[in-house]
Amino acid sequence: MNTQIAKTGRLLLVLLAFYGLSGCSIEPWVKPYERDRLADPIMALDGDPVSTAYIQHVYEAREGARGGEGAAGGGCGCN
Amino acid sequence: MKLRRLLTVLAMFLALPASVLGGVLPDDRGDVLYHRYEGGGVTIDGPSVLVRKKAGKSLSFVGNYYLDMVSSASIDVITTASPYTEERTQWSLGMDYLRGNTTMRVNYVSSVESDFDASTYAFSVSEDMFGDLTTLTLSYAYGEDIVGRSDDPGFRRENTRQHYGVSLTQILTRNMIATLNFETVTDEGFLNNPYRSVRYLDPGSARGFSFEPELYPETRTSNALGMRARYFLPYRAALEAEYRFYTDTWEIEGHTASLTYVHPWGPFTFEGKLRYHDQTGAAFFRDIFSRSEATNFRGRDKELSPLTSYTLRGKVSYEFLDPNKGWGIFKRGSLNFTLDHLIVEYHEFRDITSGSLGEEALYELKANVYQIFVSFWY
Repeated sequence: MNTQIAKTGRLLLVLLAFYGLSGCSIEPWVKPYERDRLADPIMALDGDPVSTAYIQHVYEAREGARGGEGAAGGGCGCN
Repeated sequence: MKLRRLLTVLAMFLALPASVLGGVLPDDRGDVLYHRYEGGGVTIDGPSVLVRKKAGKSLSFVGNYYLDMVSSASIDVITTASPYTEERTQWSLGMDYLRGNTTMRVNYVSSVESDFDASTYAFSVSEDMFGDLTTLTLSYAYGEDIVGRSDDPGFRRENTRQHYGVSLTQILTRNMIATLNFETVTDEGFLNNPYRSVRYLDPGSARGFSFEPELYPETRTSNALGMRARYFLPYRAALEAEYRFYTDTWEIEGHTASLTYVHPWGPFTFEGKLRYHDQTGAAFFRDIFSRSEATNFRGRDKELSPLTSYTLRGKVSYEFLDPNKGWGIFKRGSLNFTLDHLIVEYHEFRDITSGSLGEEALYELKANVYQIFVSFWY
């Protein structure tokens, strides 16, 4: 398990470097005014959190696999 | 020590200055859901209620109450035990804190049954970047379980769980958004079901086999990599594709794929989904062992068997409040009904009620999962 934590720590450091890049000025190739379709409720990655949590619980109880299916937390920048 | 180093890295991450662009907190909403699972001799139903509310511009609180009322005469239960009923109550409280483009979340979940208590503490950080095209989320959760036995008040075993997650959500084009998730879960402690048994060949028994308690390894580490993309079709409908690869130290390897189609029509939205899951079995799973205590670890949990599952979903939503007008404090409201039909084909787990030893059919589970819920945004 310690090896796992060490691996995750290294991964976090790489992500920190990636995070540092967020300060760089990269021109967004989809402008905010072009995100009307992405802001449509039918495009929500997790529009019904209670329902999603429930059905994932059912799958975890009926199958041997777990994790990796959830929507990314937080905003998608399209609101 | 290494855990402390990991927490230090997380603390450094939090100390970094947030950028000047603004992120967004989740919308204020309430959901009241009734769920019902029927299949394989098991009925589980109950409510789930969620309330989310902002406090000021940078805080949002969320609470959830969830109840499972279980009535079980499953294949495991009818072959080695007696049908039973029980309840599982779960509640959770969480808080989101928004600072610039960074959202930090804490969440606590408590789940209580007569013979199983679980507590989970979760923490995550999300950062919107590159002009809000990209959201990166790091998450960590720690869970503690206490396992008991309803027929033995002195029985008490413990588990700990740790979840590590990284996810990246990316706007790819003006019509497409995609997300990539990686999640590692480690378990340590008493991981088997204290009631479940494995069976082994026993020439001295009239049926040719007998049962003994299962015995699992005390550690498990799993890795799951999931990806999905949602595409806005030219005529206002959405198509979503999802794939997940799963592997763990019990030698289960799984592939999961799904395709979802969403079609709005006036105040209604229709959704159809097909989901496929296929997995290999755990290294210590056997439908029947050659003798008593034949291997170091032994399990006959059907979820650890090689299996293939199929789900067909239909969902209809009705927006009963005009989103342009609202009603009082409510901005939007929807009534939703979902039916998932689940078929699980087990490739090694046999139905021992279906015939005598050597003639038993492979078990197959068919279940219907119903959800009806009302959602309000305010």
